[in-house]
Amino acid sequence: MDERDPIIRVEGLTTHYGSRRILNNINLEIRPRETMVLLGSSGTGKSTLLRHILALEKPTHGHIYIKGMDVCHCPDEQMNELRRHMGVLFQSGALFGSMSLGDNVALPLRELTRLDESTIQVLIRLKLDLVGLSGFEQLSPSQLSGGMRKRAGLARALALDPEILLFDEPSAGLDPITAAGIDALILKLKETFPMTIVVVTHELASAFLIADRIAVMFNGEIIALGTPEEIRQNPHPRVQQFLNRKPEEMERDHDAYLRSLTAPS
Amino acid sequence: MTAWLAFVGRNTLAVLRYAGGVSRLGKDAAYWTLVAPARGKGLRVRATVHQMVLIGVNAIPIVSLIALFVGLILAFQSAYELRKYGGTVFVVNLVAVAMTRQLGPLMTAVIVAGRSASSFAAELGTMKVNEELDALETLGLNRVKFLVVPKYLALLLMMPCLTLLADFMGIVGGSVFTTSELGMPLNYYWSRALDALLLKDILSGLIKSVVFGIIITEVGCHEGFSVQGGAEGVGQATTSSVVTSITLIIAADVFFSGLFYFIW
Repeated sequence: MDERDPIIRVEGLTTHYGSRRILNNINLEIRPRETMVLLGSSGTGKSTLLRHILALEKPTHGHIYIKGMDVCHCPDEQMNELRRHMGVLFQSGALFGSMSLGDNVALPLRELTRLDESTIQVLIRLKLDLVGLSGFEQLSPSQLSGGMRKRAGLARALALDPEILLFDEPSAGLDPITAAGIDALILKLKETFPMTIVVVTHELASAFLIADRIAVMFNGEIIALGTPEEIRQNPHPRVQQFLNRKPEEMERDHDAYLRSLTAPS
Repeated sequence: MTAWLAFVGRNTLAVLRYAGGVSRLGKDAAYWTLVAPARGKGLRVRATVHQMVLIGVNAIPIVSLIALFVGLILAFQSAYELRKYGGTVFVVNLVAVAMTRQLGPLMTAVIVAGRSASSFAAELGTMKVNEELDALETLGLNRVKFLVVPKYLALLLMMPCLTLLADFMGIVGGSVFTTSELGMPLNYYWSRALDALLLKDILSGLIKSVVFGIIITEVGCHEGFSVQGGAEGVGQATTSSVVTSITLIIAADVFFSGLFYFIW
């Protein structure tokens, strides 16, 4: 595979929940070692796109190629092989509540590698130190704050030294200081490791800070794609509305409104 | 009329879909319990032992107590009718046979369904809500191997043990009545009870208990995996895991009781 080939390529991806269309003909190429931010307000399909990249859901049409392999139509064995090169930080951290922090980080190492226990112990400390949680390996997830849980989830995602790291709303539910801490952590990872990073977020400041390129999503489509500078200059009204934080206009036809209230159910 | 047909059709489809989901899970669980370890894909022994403690050992007090009471109730009820014919001594046979063939396995299954099917549904449902199931999948770990198989194995091993315990405690419960009310010596009670029992009485109960164990695991885990929405969904799945598993246990009991009556 050529170095400049996209590591993730989404082709004509369309997906439905029931009869409702969530994603409409998405085309996107993510290059190796770049940080791509999927930006958009809630309900625009950005998390759904991420779930498709992770092969947690199957699309109605279209393909997603990761490292040249079609994740929508490949056998489980190959998919699991591919997943060893991908780390994911879920919105809530998704730590296993029945295990200590150390065991959470150790889980992929114990299950998917043949490393001996002393090496695993060293790696646990290394990964937890990387996210600023050294010394916490005995705690259970319920004893941690939201920000710490995300850091711990990140340590677990990094356990197998992934080539691709994906984040679902890394700063959702965090206070501004903790959220900035997570952003700084992403920047540090980006500098330290040769990783491709994909971040789904609606936080403007965070997106412009960490992104090499940004894809703005609206209504299940990508309406703008480019460097942070290009996105700022983009004339698309929806992009500008999002950047300037303008609320949706609430103009209404009064008669239609009355009819909708009094209509028999 | 069309509305009625639509109602019947919708519900039939829902039942078929449910049955399909449960049997798919059963197939996967059987694969990861029986076939995969033979192919060197490993079995989670420590998790299984942990589940055996939760499901089996921790249920010992409640199973013992309820089986004791059921044995006692059975003795009271049968003596009430049998004394009209001067046959109170047959209380012993009735308690021994009814406990081992029927009430031991059934009461155990109902208790375990209440304790464990609900806990499986709540545990897996909460994991689904917290994205833990997604996390497991993105780590490339199979959820059935990881979460279902330890429970499945633990129940397959613990159900017969708990059932034997319930059989024993039920017969002990019967003896409380016969010694205190009929003045029957304990050693006579036990020798009579053992005479009345055939090996097949105990075995048929144990076979049923294994089937009940399979039903409890599959329904509990299936309900947990199919949770939709948040905390409310977990609550609904927990309720429906208990209701569905007890219904299926009793239906299976009808089937096996009939089968054993006619062929064994």
